[in-house]
Amino acid sequence: MAVASVDLIGIGKRFGATEVLQDVTLRAADGEFLAILGASGCGKSTLLRILAGLEGADRGQVRLGGEEVGHLRPKARDLAMVFQSYALYPYMTVRQNITLPLQMRRLSALQRLPLLGRLAPGGRALRAGITADVDAVAGPLQLSALMERRPAQLSGGQRQRVALGRAMVRQPAAFLMDEPLSNLDAKLRVEARAEIVAMQRRLSATILYVTHDQVEAMTMADRVAVMQAGRVLQVAPPQHLYDEPASIDVARFVGSPPMNIIPALLDETGMVELAGHVLPWHAQGRAGARVMAGIRPESLVPRPGGLPATLKRVERLGAEAVLHCALPGVEDTVLARVETAIANGLSPGGTIPLMPRRVLLFQEAGLRMECRPHPAATPAMEGALG
Amino acid sequence: MAETRPGARAEALAAWALSLPALILLWAMLLGPAVAVLLLSFTGWSLGEAEMEWIGAGNYAQLAADPVFWTSLRNTLIYVGVCVPATVGLGLAAALLVESVGRGRGFYRAAYFLPVASTLLAMALVWEFMFHPTVGFVNQAFGALGLPVTDWLNNPDVALLALAVIGVWQNLGLAMVLFVAGLQGIPRDLYEALAMDGADGPWERFRRVTWPMLGPALVFVVSIIAIRSFQVFDTVAVLTEGGPSKSTEVLLYTMVQEGFTFLRSAYGAAITVVFLVFTLAITMAQTILLDRRAHYG
Repeated sequence: MAVASVDLIGIGKRFGATEVLQDVTLRAADGEFLAILGASGCGKSTLLRILAGLEGADRGQVRLGGEEVGHLRPKARDLAMVFQSYALYPYMTVRQNITLPLQMRRLSALQRLPLLGRLAPGGRALRAGITADVDAVAGPLQLSALMERRPAQLSGGQRQRVALGRAMVRQPAAFLMDEPLSNLDAKLRVEARAEIVAMQRRLSATILYVTHDQVEAMTMADRVAVMQAGRVLQVAPPQHLYDEPASIDVARFVGSPPMNIIPALLDETGMVELAGHVLPWHAQGRAGARVMAGIRPESLVPRPGGLPATLKRVERLGAEAVLHCALPGVEDTVLARVETAIANGLSPGGTIPLMPRRVLLFQEAGLRMECRPHPAATPAMEGALG
Repeated sequence: MAETRPGARAEALAAWALSLPALILLWAMLLGPAVAVLLLSFTGWSLGEAEMEWIGAGNYAQLAADPVFWTSLRNTLIYVGVCVPATVGLGLAAALLVESVGRGRGFYRAAYFLPVASTLLAMALVWEFMFHPTVGFVNQAFGALGLPVTDWLNNPDVALLALAVIGVWQNLGLAMVLFVAGLQGIPRDLYEALAMDGADGPWERFRRVTWPMLGPALVFVVSIIAIRSFQVFDTVAVLTEGGPSKSTEVLLYTMVQEGFTFLRSAYGAAITVVFLVFTLAITMAQTILLDRRAHYG
């Protein structure tokens, strides 16, 4: 089968009393890189395993290229999976590892028999074809020199590439990847990210990529599905997810350092009142309504007329610095991300005015509310907004 | 030699002082007795004699000329040759079955392990009854099925085989438990990867993952069962006393006869040395095999 779209429709799954997946619907278009992002235990791996056929769903449909495949066994689904542990066969060489999927698919049971299989009719040409295909996959992955080694003799990055090669060699309808980079060290992970993305572009492959690492999801995927407690919270392209989170949970999960979530009120005119100050942001809502204001650390800028923050600590990251601040009446530490030059002039204990350039509002229950800059802002604040 | 780093001498002394207790115990408890037996086998000593006379390879020459020894060695090798494949094969089958059941795993494991834990000397009584020519369960069952019946323990053609059946029965649980441990060490991921790669039938799963992953466990089980089979003695002593007509004469039984019944201690020691050589060979084969292929990483 050629590259195909993947649909998960209304998937539900229980393990005993725990509902691990609740009505999950997701679609990865033909050739799309869809990341499934969530903390451990959110059900993302279970979802992938249901898609692969390694686990059965209690409810819902799995479709591949528009066709229902929920009743099919894993091998009949034409999907390839890259496991977190790589799951390479330790007693086989790299070549044998990558060859196995093709042997299973192209050779008959008779032709696969050890020793005797070599004598079976028609095997020779098929085997030659398999060898050629394996070599064609190994080359770009830089495995050609390692083909006769066993996994134990390879580095983590090399093992990862073997796992990738074993998945690619079959040219499956879609790739499923379950945290494939989490066993690599930081530097290798950056390289492997680029490799997988390059592979995806080259093959225009459909990839469903499960990860708990938002950087992976943000840098690699066409779209990201954020999952929590067995539900999909939001599916969107990475930048949209960052700029327009649909709920407070998504806002908290995406972004590092995390978004500041500060309790606020709406005053009688609908202006946002935060830490005793009225901000030039306006929302529809009854007076006195409790809301949550979400402000990204980089959109808090030191500016006269801003919120009076007390600096507790400066965390230097080189090009920029994160200011850990306290706001009057706000329990949580508020983070502001500024250029190092600005941080150099500050010392802990001092007070700095912090002006939010962008405010997102959430209902107390967590859903996003509309919130716009208000035209009748005070002159000082208008300056800040300009 | 040039002056070494200061304190190196003290360090070396400390190292010897620290390993000395272990070395002494190792020699006193394990290697010493083996060496003593080896030396004894080159003498003509009998239990109770005051003098010990060095006779060189005399005992071994006598062994080589002794038809009872050759019968005994041949019987032992046949016994091991029957017991090892049967125990390993059935033990693996039992382990696969026990691991495949959802409930009652603990019960089956305990049941199979019972013969290993029980005293064979006592259980031999049960087997004697089982093999009884008229009322024994084996003949009753064989008779009912129309199969030939015989006096199993007193028929020279089958007595050794009957003892081998008891040997398999006794060691089966041990093999099973070791295989179960090996099976549990196989990552589930591998079976899942195999299913994705297109192989999910029981034969393919066994051939492509279970069997190769059990390699180290298999080497260990084969060697331990082989050693335990070489040690066959209790059933012979209680049920057949080496008979009928030496058909169940085995190494350790011959050794005990010579060394303790006839008090020919040095001759018994020579038989023990032969026994030790076999045990050592098995152990070395195991070590070499495990070193070579166990480290999959």
